[in-house]
Amino acid sequence: MNDMTPTREQREAKLEGMGCKRKRVEDARFTQGKGNYVDDLKLPGMLHGDFVRSPHAHARVKSINGDEALKVPGVLAVITAETLKTVNLAWMPTLAGDVQMVLADGKVLFQNQEVAFVVATDRYAADDGINKVQVEYEPLPVVIDPFKAMDADAPVLREDLAGKTTGAHGPRKHHNHIFEWTVGDKDLTDAAFKKADVTIKEMISYHRTHPSPLETCQCVCSFDKIKGELSIWGTFQAPHVIRTVVALIAKIPEHKIHVISPDVGGGFGNKVGAYPGYICAAVASIVTGKPVKWVEDRIENLTATSFARDYHMTTEIASTKDGKVTGLRVHVLADHGAFDACADPSKWPAGFFNIVTGSYDFPVAHLSVDGIYTNKAPGGVAYRCSFRVTEAAYCIERGMDILAQKLGMDPAELRLKNFIKKEQFPYHSALGWEYDSGDYHTAMRKMMESVDYAGLRKEQAAKRLAFKRGETREIMGLGVSFFTEIVGAGPSKNCDILGIAMFDSCEIRLHPTGAGIARVGTKSTGQGHETTWAQIIATEIGIPADDIMVEEGNTDTAPYGLGTYGSRSTPVAGAAIAMAARKIKAKAQMIAAYKLEVHEDDLEWDIDGFRVKGLPEKTMSMKDICWAAYNSVPPGMEPGLEAVSYYDPPNMTYPFGAYICVMNIDVDTGVYKIRRFYALDDCGTRINPMIIEGQVHGGLTEAFAIAMGQEIRYDPEGNVVTGSFMDFFMPTAVETPHWETDFTVTPSPHHPIGAKGVGESPNVGGVPAFSNAVNDAFSFLGSTHIQMPHDYWRNWKAAKSLGVFA
Amino acid sequence: MAKTQKTHVTMKVNGAEVEGLVEPRTLLVHFIRENLQLTGTHIGCETTHCGACTVDIDGMSVKSCTMFAVQAAGSEITTIEGVANADGSLSALQEGFRMMHGLQCGFCTPGMILRAQRLLQENPSPTEAEIRMGISGNICRCTGYQNIVKAIQYAAAKINGVEFQEAAE
Amino acid sequence: MIPGPFSYHRPATVADAVKLLSTLGDEARPLAGGHSLLPMMKLRLATPDHLVDLHGIGTLKGIRRDGNKVVIGAMTTQHELLASDEIAKSLPILHETALLIADPQVRYRGTLGGNVANGDPGNDMPALMLTLGASYRLEGSGGGRDIAASEFYQGAYFTALEPGEILTAISIPVPAAGAGYAYEKLKRKIGDYATAAAAVVLTMSGGKVASCAIGLTNLHETPLLATDAAKAVMGTSLDDAALKKAAAAAVAIMSPAADARGPVEYRKHVGGIMVMRALTRAAARAK
Repeated sequence: MNDMTPTREQREAKLEGMGCKRKRVEDARFTQGKGNYVDDLKLPGMLHGDFVRSPHAHARVKSINGDEALKVPGVLAVITAETLKTVNLAWMPTLAGDVQMVLADGKVLFQNQEVAFVVATDRYAADDGINKVQVEYEPLPVVIDPFKAMDADAPVLREDLAGKTTGAHGPRKHHNHIFEWTVGDKDLTDAAFKKADVTIKEMISYHRTHPSPLETCQCVCSFDKIKGELSIWGTFQAPHVIRTVVALIAKIPEHKIHVISPDVGGGFGNKVGAYPGYICAAVASIVTGKPVKWVEDRIENLTATSFARDYHMTTEIASTKDGKVTGLRVHVLADHGAFDACADPSKWPAGFFNIVTGSYDFPVAHLSVDGIYTNKAPGGVAYRCSFRVTEAAYCIERGMDILAQKLGMDPAELRLKNFIKKEQFPYHSALGWEYDSGDYHTAMRKMMESVDYAGLRKEQAAKRLAFKRGETREIMGLGVSFFTEIVGAGPSKNCDILGIAMFDSCEIRLHPTGAGIARVGTKSTGQGHETTWAQIIATEIGIPADDIMVEEGNTDTAPYGLGTYGSRSTPVAGAAIAMAARKIKAKAQMIAAYKLEVHEDDLEWDIDGFRVKGLPEKTMSMKDICWAAYNSVPPGMEPGLEAVSYYDPPNMTYPFGAYICVMNIDVDTGVYKIRRFYALDDCGTRINPMIIEGQVHGGLTEAFAIAMGQEIRYDPEGNVVTGSFMDFFMPTAVETPHWETDFTVTPSPHHPIGAKGVGESPNVGGVPAFSNAVNDAFSFLGSTHIQMPHDYWRNWKAAKSLGVFA
Repeated sequence: MAKTQKTHVTMKVNGAEVEGLVEPRTLLVHFIRENLQLTGTHIGCETTHCGACTVDIDGMSVKSCTMFAVQAAGSEITTIEGVANADGSLSALQEGFRMMHGLQCGFCTPGMILRAQRLLQENPSPTEAEIRMGISGNICRCTGYQNIVKAIQYAAAKINGVEFQEAAE
Repeated sequence: MIPGPFSYHRPATVADAVKLLSTLGDEARPLAGGHSLLPMMKLRLATPDHLVDLHGIGTLKGIRRDGNKVVIGAMTTQHELLASDEIAKSLPILHETALLIADPQVRYRGTLGGNVANGDPGNDMPALMLTLGASYRLEGSGGGRDIAASEFYQGAYFTALEPGEILTAISIPVPAAGAGYAYEKLKRKIGDYATAAAAVVLTMSGGKVASCAIGLTNLHETPLLATDAAKAVMGTSLDDAALKKAAAAAVAIMSPAADARGPVEYRKHVGGIMVMRALTRAAARAK
């Protein structure tokens, strides 16, 4: 060995494999303005479409007259539901088993609902056109308050469902009822409550909000009449699903539909579902024979494409007097707006809300969810969380704090007392999940030590006394949150979308010179898959990450995958990538054995190639194996070096974390100050710590926004009052706190590389930490629960109702 | 100039003289993106809040969705496509964003970099608070800003010729 | 979100601008920084047939000292106010306030004239102008006139500007030497209008308030001068009782609208708090 031979460390470092803070390959184009987003696409002869939208939340549409619009220079067509009926597309199926109007068919059911689609030569003419379409409405009474939706005399919203007593998820109890979903043992749970020393009951609301990525939803549809092919470039988190949906509803053969997600400017769940804009642009392209672009503006985004949350959770916990939980009972009123347009796996009308037992060893639990219609925008999507998991985490984490308060226990102590123990994993929860792995006590104690939890509690006690003495107008809250996520949808035994099992896929092809391409069924919307997927491959097969190009988002070239949302990319596609790499490695081993003239079993893997056991000088690098794969494979073996894996995970993964927020609130103005926020995440094996940290920062910032003010609010007439970035709380760098991050590593036992997923954990765990901090701050004044969002005026209102101005 | 009559405008964009025909109402951002095909400048909110459309005009950071193209006639504009060094290498800020992981989906990045560039020209050694104030007209949905702040600190250090030291967590 | 069509005019002199505006009548709007008007036009809540862009008029820019006054051209931007040594020296409260308006990009374009003239109750500068006793120079086809800021505001988006008139300059008396000042603004985030804000300029003599003016932003359909509140602190040392009395007097004249910033009761309450805090901070600065 001469001095030029790289050391093992150097060989390892050159790979930039798992665990490396590899800089992102995406950034070269993004920092130079060379990203390729949908609105950047300009096709010859391209037209623009724009929507006429309803000013009313509920009204009969008496007439739509497009004559004046058609006189506007550049306006070519005004498409209405009547036009769409000719191609049977006036309504479309939702992923949740409901149907949704593409354009208003006889009535409108929410403000800003799509009424007509104006097609013009450019976006200016289209905008002129929509202002000239005349629509005659007859306003109808509205249902905005979800608690009044099932009143006997509530207005009938969905006339199309008249007489239908059964929906996609079973019986309907009322004309505005969608489904009832129950899980758990009701009798045992009721019995536990009867026996309990202590019980709490609180209606905990998680308000309606919106994912609002910086790039709105948009598409370009181009129909080639001669070939009968439809190409769609769109902001899709799940391009293959979109292709299948289009094939099913537009009756175009699936091989003649080309769906391409180019660079996507953030998704956060907003870009999973199918929206009327996509259908209208496709129909407009079919009708005109030209490409048609549809770009949603921000107000349309906030008020029409999918909202998130709007869960009203009546939460009861039973406990012994020394704080051992004995039962959980939750009823959810789920406001879906005008159409149930959830983007959940098909059999899960309330997503995975049955993770609501959280990190605690509840012997029994019962959950029921009633989905209802109101005159609001349809949804709801999973905004930076696995399906309804952030609602569930908020419910239980708030509930545990309320219980601690009633018991007079410290909230952290109560949690430590009830955690599922390390040795209980795999753990079967009372509501049906099998948690794969966890070490909750270690994570919680690390958090408590890192922030000096005991010291903070002492400071708080002193501050409370000072407040009572009138020496300060500031109160202090500690918000503890310990969450368990359930991500990686998912195993075919319980997850599908429109009947398609929620596997994911990877195809790796290595070229003769030792470089290659990996195509994956997911679609990065900022997570950096082009960087991290190559890192998995680098570690698995010893080809430097820089020599692997990752490609996603083109349904013609990528293997079928279910897309990126619900933190499923790493748990499902990440596994597929590792499995495909291992298939390659197995073939590579046969080639190496042949070339080194030894038996396969005499070889062992060593960083970037194989070596003969006991003969460390006798090696063959993966790079050399690649060349051999194309020129001298063993007799009988096919040449080439590529593999495909479709991975059906055996289970979900269960990331967890311990968060704490330290907050001061000025009772005179309700103004809060986030003094400190510490987030410890355990996402199993860490692929790229730099990217993980970035994901945590981003998720925490969204959690901060949601908990402290970000809300889609309706007035009693059904007008959205928070429909722009002025009123929809979108924090800037000034409001956003500094984040402290930390971690433990508890690998998933069933995942090929032990990784669990992380992108959504901070949103799931962050919201309860903020809300618990506010609630903790006020608790000594006698309050048990203050609803989110905790914006300034609501904090002041809470202070006032607790008598601090008396 | 009549309502629909198009007018001829010239301006200097990224050092090159450009021209085009625009309606009076044509927004500068659309002129840049559609007439000039410089699509690095993005549109995020249209109500002057998000800053994704920020460009530099005559030494000012401007939201190009809130200015008409006719108003920019005769001005000098820099967009993200004109930020890299003359030899094609990444500018200190572009490098800082990459090194400090100051971007994720990339949609806010061009506006953020243009704004940060002007900020550093006006204040070459900003404090963290000054950076946060300085980029408060730009919304990022992905990063939580913390790494953007570091990216700007990295660039400031590089421009000032001092070693960048990350603040302790 | 595309503005309706309009004709664009870019006069080079005030006289030309005035002539255009009076000839074109109601369908014409002057365009200053455009950061209030353009978003309204994109929503088609404003659809002027003509825009008269004032950026071509060089005489509308600039900050100069004129004896005991500072005269600021209407097209002077918030950014230019922040960069001005004269403002920092003579009218630091303008500096403090400009920093609380919108965000850096908006301040490069947004003008003092636009902020004070468009009559938006959410704008910050009008209340400050009332507090400072500023006057506005208006030019119309019939010639020029000066009007006190206190006479200018008549309702939301409704001012003393006659059709065809434009505001060309703002003249602000420099507060007495040693005067203390503060602008307290409660807002939800950068870029937001005030939930409530208060401007205070006062002088102290022997530990007692010798003169005081208080202005209120976004607590009524027009900016307010809280005269009774100012009277309430005269001659006091700004003890708790005096502050509370001033706040109560200020709250008595507030009539904000309920909006996403909070209900009326909250906005009035924090309006009072802003008055107390501005008074306290101004007094601490007074020499």
